[in-house]
Amino acid sequence: MSVISAHDLSVIKRDRLLFERLSFDLCKGNLLYVKGPNGAGKTSLLRVLTGLVEPESGQVRFAQKHIKSCREEYNQQLVYFGHKLGINHSLSAVENLSYWCQQHHVKVCRQQIFTTLETLNLVGLEDIPAGNLSAGQQRRVALARFWLNNHARLWILDEPFTALDTQGIALLTEKLQDFLAAQGAVIMTSHQKLDFACTQELYLEYRL
Amino acid sequence: MAALLALLRRDLALAYRQRAELMQPVLFFMLVISLFPLGVGPGPETLKMIGPGVIWVAAILSSLLGLERLFRDDFTDGSLEQLILSAVSLPAAALIKVLAHWLTSILPLIVISPLLALFLHLSEAMYWALLATLLLGTPLLSLIGAIAVALTIGLNRGGVLLALLLLPIFIPLLIFATSAVEAASMNLPFGAQLAFIGAMFLFSLALAPFAIAYALRVSQN
Repeated sequence: MSVISAHDLSVIKRDRLLFERLSFDLCKGNLLYVKGPNGAGKTSLLRVLTGLVEPESGQVRFAQKHIKSCREEYNQQLVYFGHKLGINHSLSAVENLSYWCQQHHVKVCRQQIFTTLETLNLVGLEDIPAGNLSAGQQRRVALARFWLNNHARLWILDEPFTALDTQGIALLTEKLQDFLAAQGAVIMTSHQKLDFACTQELYLEYRL
Repeated sequence: MAALLALLRRDLALAYRQRAELMQPVLFFMLVISLFPLGVGPGPETLKMIGPGVIWVAAILSSLLGLERLFRDDFTDGSLEQLILSAVSLPAAALIKVLAHWLTSILPLIVISPLLALFLHLSEAMYWALLATLLLGTPLLSLIGAIAVALTIGLNRGGVLLALLLLPIFIPLLIFATSAVEAASMNLPFGAQLAFIGAMFLFSLALAPFAIAYALRVSQN
Protein backbone atom coordinates (compact mmCIF):
# COMPACT_ATOMS: atom_id res chain seq x y z
CA MET A 1 0.00 0.00 0.00
CA SER A 2 1.26 3.46 -0.83
CA VAL A 3 2.36 5.59 2.12
CA ILE A 4 3.30 8.77 0.31
CA SER A 5 3.07 9.72 -3.32
CA ALA A 6 3.96 12.76 -5.36
CA HIS A 7 1.97 13.80 -8.42
CA ASP A 8 3.43 16.11 -11.07
CA LEU A 9 5.45 18.15 -8.59
CA SER A 10 7.21 21.26 -9.86
CA VAL A 11 9.28 23.45 -7.60
CA ILE A 12 10.72 26.87 -8.36
CA LYS A 13 13.22 28.45 -6.00
CA ARG A 14 14.56 31.98 -6.51
CA ASP A 15 13.31 32.04 -10.12
CA ARG A 16 15.07 28.78 -10.95
CA LEU A 17 13.09 25.70 -11.90
CA LEU A 18 14.50 22.89 -9.75
CA PHE A 19 12.43 20.07 -11.23
CA GLU A 20 9.10 19.65 -12.95
CA ARG A 21 6.43 16.99 -13.30
CA LEU A 22 8.07 14.75 -10.75
CA SER A 23 5.97 11.78 -9.66
CA PHE A 24 6.68 8.79 -7.48
CA ASP A 25 4.93 6.38 -5.23
CA LEU A 26 6.46 4.99 -2.05
CA CYS A 27 5.07 1.88 -0.40
CA LYS A 28 5.43 0.43 3.07
CA GLY A 29 8.83 -1.08 3.84
CA ASN A 30 10.54 0.83 1.02
CA LEU A 31 13.30 3.40 0.99
CA LEU A 32 13.47 6.20 -1.54
CA TYR A 33 17.02 7.39 -2.00
CA VAL A 34 17.21 10.87 -3.52
CA LYS A 35 20.48 11.56 -5.30
CA GLY A 36 21.88 14.50 -7.20
CA PRO A 37 24.58 17.19 -7.17
CA ASN A 38 24.55 20.19 -4.82
CA GLY A 39 21.83 22.65 -5.72
CA ALA A 40 19.76 20.11 -7.62
CA GLY A 41 16.84 20.58 -5.24
CA LYS A 42 17.07 17.55 -2.93
CA THR A 43 16.42 19.55 0.24
CA SER A 44 13.67 21.53 -1.48
CA LEU A 45 12.00 18.29 -2.55
CA LEU A 46 12.09 16.94 1.00
CA ARG A 47 10.67 20.18 2.42
CA VAL A 48 7.85 20.05 -0.13
CA LEU A 49 7.14 16.46 0.87
CA THR A 50 6.90 17.41 4.57
CA GLY A 51 4.49 20.21 3.73
CA LEU A 52 6.79 22.99 5.00
CA VAL A 53 7.01 24.49 1.51
CA GLU A 54 4.27 24.69 -1.09
CA PRO A 55 5.12 23.28 -4.52
CA GLU A 56 4.61 25.48 -7.59
CA SER A 57 2.24 22.88 -8.97
CA GLY A 58 1.31 19.28 -8.27
CA GLN A 59 0.47 17.65 -4.99
CA VAL A 60 1.75 15.32 -2.31
CA ARG A 61 -0.58 12.64 -1.00
CA PHE A 62 -0.27 10.76 2.25
CA ALA A 63 -2.31 7.53 2.34
CA GLN A 64 -4.17 8.74 -0.78
CA LYS A 65 -5.14 12.05 0.86
CA HIS A 66 -3.75 15.47 0.00
CA ILE A 67 -1.38 16.39 2.86
CA LYS A 68 -3.08 19.76 3.25
CA SER A 69 -6.38 18.11 4.07
CA CYS A 70 -4.94 15.75 6.68
CA ARG A 71 -2.10 17.82 8.08
CA GLU A 72 -2.62 16.80 11.70
CA GLU A 73 -2.73 13.08 10.91
CA TYR A 74 0.25 13.41 8.57
CA ASN A 75 2.33 15.28 11.15
CA GLN A 76 1.69 12.55 13.71
CA GLN A 77 2.96 9.87 11.31
CA LEU A 78 6.01 11.78 10.14
CA VAL A 79 9.45 12.37 11.61
CA TYR A 80 11.52 14.94 9.73
CA PHE A 81 15.25 15.35 10.21
CA GLY A 82 16.43 18.42 8.33
CA HIS A 83 19.54 20.55 7.98
CA LYS A 84 18.49 22.56 10.99
CA LEU A 85 18.39 20.18 13.90
CA GLY A 86 15.70 21.80 16.00
CA ILE A 87 17.87 21.52 19.11
CA ASN A 88 17.79 24.56 21.37
CA HIS A 89 21.28 25.39 22.62
CA SER A 90 20.20 26.59 26.06
CA LEU A 91 18.18 23.50 26.89
CA SER A 92 19.78 20.18 27.75
CA ALA A 93 19.48 17.10 25.56
CA VAL A 94 16.84 15.57 27.83
CA GLU A 95 14.76 18.76 27.92
CA ASN A 96 14.96 19.19 24.16
CA LEU A 97 13.75 15.64 23.59
CA SER A 98 11.05 15.62 26.24
CA TYR A 99 9.51 18.87 24.96
CA TRP A 100 9.70 17.51 21.41
CA CYS A 101 7.92 14.31 22.46
CA GLN A 102 5.17 16.23 24.23
CA GLN A 103 4.60 18.42 21.18
CA HIS A 104 4.34 15.34 18.99
CA HIS A 105 2.02 13.46 21.37
CA VAL A 106 4.67 10.81 21.98
CA LYS A 107 4.33 9.35 25.44
CA VAL A 108 7.73 8.61 26.93
CA CYS A 109 9.06 8.66 30.46
CA ARG A 110 12.34 10.28 31.47
CA GLN A 111 13.90 6.86 31.84
CA GLN A 112 13.23 6.03 28.17
CA ILE A 113 14.95 9.23 27.06
CA PHE A 114 17.97 8.38 29.21
CA THR A 115 18.20 4.84 27.80
CA THR A 116 17.89 6.18 24.25
CA LEU A 117 20.68 8.67 24.84
CA GLU A 118 22.73 5.80 26.27
CA THR A 119 22.17 3.79 23.07
CA LEU A 120 23.44 6.80 21.14
CA ASN A 121 26.60 7.00 23.25
CA LEU A 122 25.71 10.23 25.03
CA VAL A 123 26.10 8.99 28.61
CA GLY A 124 26.98 11.81 30.99
CA LEU A 125 25.95 14.52 28.53
CA GLU A 126 22.22 14.37 29.19
CA ASP A 127 21.97 17.40 31.45
CA ILE A 128 24.41 19.93 30.03
CA PRO A 129 23.16 22.62 27.62
CA ALA A 130 23.04 21.24 24.09
CA GLY A 131 25.10 24.21 22.85
CA ASN A 132 28.13 22.77 24.67
CA LEU A 133 27.98 19.50 22.74
CA SER A 134 30.01 18.89 19.57
CA ALA A 135 28.32 19.02 16.14
CA GLY A 136 28.19 15.23 15.90
CA GLN A 137 26.79 14.89 19.41
CA GLN A 138 24.07 17.44 18.67
CA ARG A 139 23.10 15.42 15.61
CA ARG A 140 22.91 12.32 17.76
CA VAL A 141 20.55 14.11 20.13
CA ALA A 142 18.33 15.09 17.19
CA LEU A 143 18.48 11.54 15.82
CA ALA A 144 17.20 10.21 19.16
CA ARG A 145 13.72 11.23 17.90
CA PHE A 146 13.74 8.18 15.62
CA TRP A 147 14.24 5.95 18.63
CA LEU A 148 11.61 7.69 20.75
CA ASN A 149 8.77 8.15 18.29
CA ASN A 150 7.57 4.64 17.64
CA HIS A 151 4.20 5.36 16.08
CA ALA A 152 5.51 7.15 12.99
CA ARG A 153 5.18 5.44 9.61
CA LEU A 154 7.29 7.77 7.50
CA TRP A 155 10.77 9.14 8.09
CA ILE A 156 12.23 11.92 5.98
CA LEU A 157 15.95 12.45 6.49
CA ASP A 158 18.11 15.11 4.88
CA GLU A 159 21.80 14.14 4.90
CA PRO A 160 21.55 12.22 8.18
CA PHE A 161 25.12 10.87 8.07
CA THR A 162 26.89 14.25 7.97
CA ALA A 163 29.19 14.83 10.97
CA LEU A 164 28.52 11.34 12.39
CA ASP A 165 31.42 8.99 13.18
CA THR A 166 31.53 5.41 11.82
CA GLN A 167 29.88 4.03 14.93
CA GLY A 168 27.07 6.57 14.62
CA ILE A 169 26.57 5.71 10.95
CA ALA A 170 26.38 2.01 11.83
CA LEU A 171 23.81 2.70 14.57
CA LEU A 172 21.60 4.75 12.28
CA THR A 173 21.90 2.26 9.41
CA GLU A 174 20.80 -0.52 11.72
CA LYS A 175 17.88 1.57 12.98
CA LEU A 176 16.81 2.35 9.39
CA GLN A 177 16.88 -1.34 8.48
CA ASP A 178 14.79 -2.23 11.54
CA PHE A 179 12.26 0.45 10.66
CA LEU A 180 12.01 -0.73 7.04
CA ALA A 181 11.58 -4.32 8.23
CA ALA A 182 8.73 -3.11 10.47
CA GLN A 183 6.88 -1.75 7.39
CA GLY A 184 8.02 1.86 7.73
CA ALA A 185 8.76 4.06 4.74
CA VAL A 186 11.90 6.19 4.46
CA ILE A 187 12.89 9.03 2.15
CA MET A 188 16.47 10.20 2.46
CA THR A 189 19.26 12.08 0.74
CA SER A 190 22.92 11.35 1.26
CA HIS A 191 26.21 11.78 -0.53
CA GLN A 192 27.59 8.70 1.15
CA LYS A 193 27.30 5.23 -0.31
CA LEU A 194 24.56 3.32 1.45
CA ASP A 195 25.56 0.03 3.09
CA PHE A 196 22.20 -1.53 2.40
CA ALA A 197 20.02 -1.98 -0.63
CA CYS A 198 17.56 0.81 -1.27
CA THR A 199 14.42 -0.12 -3.12
CA GLN A 200 13.85 3.07 -5.07
CA GLU A 201 16.20 5.71 -6.38
CA LEU A 202 15.48 9.16 -7.66
CA TYR A 203 18.09 11.19 -9.47
CA LEU A 204 17.69 14.97 -9.62
CA GLU A 205 19.74 16.81 -12.20
CA TYR A 206 21.15 20.27 -11.73
CA ARG A 207 19.28 22.58 -14.06
CA LEU A 208 20.31 26.03 -15.12
CA MET B 1 -3.76 20.69 25.60
CA ALA B 2 -0.85 18.94 27.33
CA ALA B 3 1.29 19.75 24.31
CA LEU B 4 0.44 23.46 24.59
CA LEU B 5 1.24 23.48 28.31
CA ALA B 6 4.56 21.83 27.52
CA LEU B 7 5.27 24.57 24.98
CA LEU B 8 4.48 27.25 27.57
CA ARG B 9 6.74 25.55 30.13
CA ARG B 10 9.52 25.33 27.53
CA ASP B 11 9.32 29.02 26.66
CA LEU B 12 9.22 30.09 30.31
CA ALA B 13 12.19 27.83 31.14
CA LEU B 14 14.11 29.30 28.20
CA ALA B 15 13.31 32.85 29.29
CA TYR B 16 14.61 32.04 32.77
CA ARG B 17 17.90 30.71 31.33
CA GLN B 18 18.32 33.86 29.24
CA ARG B 19 17.33 36.30 31.96
CA ALA B 20 20.24 38.63 31.21
CA GLU B 21 18.72 39.23 27.80
CA LEU B 22 15.30 39.74 29.40
CA MET B 23 16.61 42.45 31.72
CA GLN B 24 17.53 44.70 28.77
CA PRO B 25 14.00 45.99 27.96
CA VAL B 26 13.30 46.59 31.67
CA LEU B 27 16.51 48.55 32.15
CA PHE B 28 15.90 50.51 28.96
CA PHE B 29 12.37 51.34 30.16
CA MET B 30 13.64 52.58 33.53
CA LEU B 31 16.51 54.57 32.06
CA VAL B 32 14.39 56.36 29.46
CA ILE B 33 11.80 57.36 32.02
CA SER B 34 14.29 58.47 34.64
CA LEU B 35 16.00 60.69 32.05
CA PHE B 36 12.88 62.78 31.48
CA PRO B 37 12.79 64.58 34.88
CA LEU B 38 16.45 65.47 34.24
CA GLY B 39 15.79 66.67 30.72
CA VAL B 40 12.62 68.68 31.08
CA GLY B 41 13.08 69.82 34.66
CA PRO B 42 11.62 68.41 37.88
CA GLY B 43 8.52 70.67 38.01
CA PRO B 44 5.58 68.45 39.14
CA GLU B 45 3.13 70.13 36.75
CA THR B 46 5.25 69.55 33.62
CA LEU B 47 6.01 65.97 34.62
CA LYS B 48 2.38 65.24 35.35
CA MET B 49 1.46 66.54 31.92
CA ILE B 50 3.97 64.50 29.93
CA GLY B 51 4.07 61.48 32.29
CA PRO B 52 1.45 59.17 30.74
CA GLY B 53 2.77 59.75 27.22
CA VAL B 54 6.36 59.17 28.32
CA ILE B 55 5.53 55.88 30.04
CA TRP B 56 3.55 54.62 27.05
CA VAL B 57 6.16 55.61 24.46
CA ALA B 58 8.87 54.00 26.59
CA ALA B 59 6.76 50.85 26.95
CA ILE B 60 6.25 50.60 23.17
CA LEU B 61 9.94 51.15 22.42
CA SER B 62 11.15 48.67 25.01
CA SER B 63 8.64 46.07 23.85
CA LEU B 64 10.14 46.44 20.35
CA LEU B 65 13.59 45.74 21.81
CA GLY B 66 12.72 42.26 23.01
CA LEU B 67 10.25 41.38 20.29
CA GLU B 68 12.63 39.55 17.99
CA ARG B 69 13.35 36.96 20.69
CA LEU B 70 9.84 35.67 20.06
CA PHE B 71 10.73 33.52 17.04
CA ARG B 72 14.37 34.32 16.17
CA ASP B 73 16.08 31.47 18.05
CA ASP B 74 13.42 28.94 17.10
CA PHE B 75 13.79 29.92 13.45
CA THR B 76 17.59 29.71 13.33
CA ASP B 77 17.94 26.42 15.20
CA GLY B 78 15.05 24.72 13.38
CA SER B 79 12.74 24.29 16.39
CA LEU B 80 10.15 26.24 14.43
CA GLU B 81 10.19 23.65 11.62
CA GLN B 82 9.66 20.91 14.15
CA LEU B 83 6.84 22.91 15.75
CA ILE B 84 5.10 23.39 12.40
CA LEU B 85 5.42 19.64 11.78
CA SER B 86 4.18 18.71 15.24
CA ALA B 87 0.75 17.58 16.33
CA VAL B 88 -0.06 20.98 17.86
CA SER B 89 -2.22 23.36 15.86
CA LEU B 90 -0.03 26.26 14.79
CA PRO B 91 -2.37 29.18 15.67
CA ALA B 92 -2.75 27.82 19.21
CA ALA B 93 1.00 27.37 19.49
CA ALA B 94 1.51 30.94 18.25
CA LEU B 95 -0.88 32.24 20.89
CA ILE B 96 1.01 30.34 23.60
CA LYS B 97 4.31 31.79 22.43
CA VAL B 98 2.84 35.30 22.51
CA LEU B 99 1.52 34.66 26.02
CA ALA B 100 4.95 33.48 27.18
CA HIS B 101 6.54 36.54 25.61
CA TRP B 102 4.06 38.88 27.32
CA LEU B 103 4.61 37.21 30.69
CA THR B 104 8.38 37.39 30.47
CA SER B 105 9.07 40.65 28.61
CA ILE B 106 6.12 42.95 29.23
CA LEU B 107 4.75 42.00 32.63
CA PRO B 108 8.00 43.10 34.36
CA LEU B 109 7.48 46.57 32.84
CA ILE B 110 4.00 46.75 34.35
CA VAL B 111 5.30 45.49 37.69
CA ILE B 112 7.84 48.33 37.98
CA SER B 113 5.42 50.95 36.65
CA PRO B 114 4.29 52.21 40.12
CA LEU B 115 7.86 53.28 40.84
CA LEU B 116 8.06 55.14 37.54
CA ALA B 117 4.68 56.78 38.09
CA LEU B 118 6.21 58.14 41.27
CA PHE B 119 9.17 59.54 39.32
CA LEU B 120 6.74 61.42 37.09
CA HIS B 121 4.46 62.75 39.84
CA LEU B 122 1.36 60.92 38.60
CA SER B 123 -1.61 61.19 40.95
CA GLU B 124 -3.27 58.04 42.26
CA ALA B 125 -6.25 58.31 39.90
CA MET B 126 -3.87 58.72 36.97
CA TYR B 127 -1.86 55.70 38.05
CA TRP B 128 -4.90 53.40 38.16
CA ALA B 129 -5.94 54.59 34.70
CA LEU B 130 -2.40 54.02 33.44
CA LEU B 131 -2.34 50.52 34.90
CA ALA B 132 -5.68 49.68 33.25
CA THR B 133 -4.47 50.91 29.85
CA LEU B 134 -1.19 49.02 30.22
CA LEU B 135 -2.92 45.77 31.17
CA LEU B 136 -5.34 46.00 28.24
CA GLY B 137 -3.00 47.56 25.72
CA THR B 138 0.33 45.76 26.08
CA PRO B 139 -1.04 42.32 25.03
CA LEU B 140 -1.95 44.10 21.79
CA LEU B 141 1.71 45.10 21.37
CA SER B 142 2.74 41.45 21.71
CA LEU B 143 0.04 40.10 19.40
CA ILE B 144 0.55 42.58 16.55
CA GLY B 145 4.29 42.57 17.08
CA ALA B 146 4.34 38.78 16.69
CA ILE B 147 2.78 39.03 13.22
CA ALA B 148 5.50 41.44 12.11
CA VAL B 149 8.26 39.30 13.66
CA ALA B 150 6.88 36.20 11.94
CA LEU B 151 6.88 38.04 8.61
CA THR B 152 10.41 39.42 8.89
CA ILE B 153 12.07 36.43 10.56
CA GLY B 154 13.47 35.11 7.28
CA LEU B 155 15.25 38.39 6.54
CA ASN B 156 18.65 39.21 7.92
CA ARG B 157 18.63 42.27 10.13
CA GLY B 158 14.89 42.75 10.09
CA GLY B 159 15.12 44.88 13.24
CA VAL B 160 14.73 48.33 11.73
CA LEU B 161 12.11 47.12 9.29
CA LEU B 162 10.21 45.74 12.27
CA ALA B 163 10.11 49.16 13.95
CA LEU B 164 9.05 50.84 10.70
CA LEU B 165 6.24 48.35 10.24
CA LEU B 166 4.97 48.46 13.79
CA LEU B 167 5.26 52.00 15.10
CA PRO B 168 2.54 53.46 12.81
CA ILE B 169 0.18 50.65 13.81
CA PHE B 170 0.62 51.44 17.49
CA ILE B 171 -0.34 55.12 17.11
CA PRO B 172 -4.11 54.63 17.80
CA LEU B 173 -3.28 52.63 20.91
CA LEU B 174 -0.96 55.38 22.14
CA ILE B 175 -3.60 58.08 21.52
CA PHE B 176 -6.38 56.25 23.37
CA ALA B 177 -4.13 55.21 26.25
CA THR B 178 -2.72 58.68 26.94
CA SER B 179 -6.13 60.28 26.55
CA ALA B 180 -7.54 57.85 29.16
CA VAL B 181 -4.87 58.86 31.68
CA GLU B 182 -5.37 62.54 30.89
CA ALA B 183 -9.11 62.17 31.50
CA ALA B 184 -8.34 60.48 34.82
CA SER B 185 -6.10 63.38 35.83
CA MET B 186 -9.11 65.70 35.50
CA ASN B 187 -11.36 63.22 37.35
CA LEU B 188 -13.36 62.56 34.20
CA PRO B 189 -14.61 59.08 33.25
CA PHE B 190 -12.27 57.21 30.91
CA GLY B 191 -14.39 54.13 30.20
CA ALA B 192 -14.78 54.97 26.52
CA GLN B 193 -11.04 54.99 25.86
CA LEU B 194 -10.62 51.74 27.76
CA ALA B 195 -13.46 50.22 25.74
CA PHE B 196 -11.68 51.17 22.51
CA ILE B 197 -8.42 49.61 23.68
CA GLY B 198 -10.32 46.54 24.88
CA ALA B 199 -12.04 46.21 21.51
CA MET B 200 -8.72 46.45 19.67
CA PHE B 201 -7.26 43.84 22.02
CA LEU B 202 -10.13 41.38 21.56
CA PHE B 203 -10.11 41.86 17.80
CA SER B 204 -6.40 41.12 17.58
CA LEU B 205 -6.74 38.22 20.05
CA ALA B 206 -9.27 36.63 17.71
CA LEU B 207 -7.38 37.15 14.44
CA ALA B 208 -3.68 37.56 15.23
CA PRO B 209 -3.00 33.85 16.01
CA PHE B 210 -4.11 32.88 12.50
CA ALA B 211 -2.12 35.71 10.93
CA ILE B 212 0.98 34.70 12.93
CA ALA B 213 0.57 31.05 11.92
CA TYR B 214 0.21 32.02 8.27
CA ALA B 215 3.23 34.33 8.41
CA LEU B 216 5.33 31.59 10.04
CA ARG B 217 4.42 29.16 7.26
CA VAL B 218 5.26 31.74 4.60
CA SER B 219 8.63 32.43 6.23
CA GLN B 220 9.56 28.76 5.73
CA ASN B 221 9.63 29.25 1.96
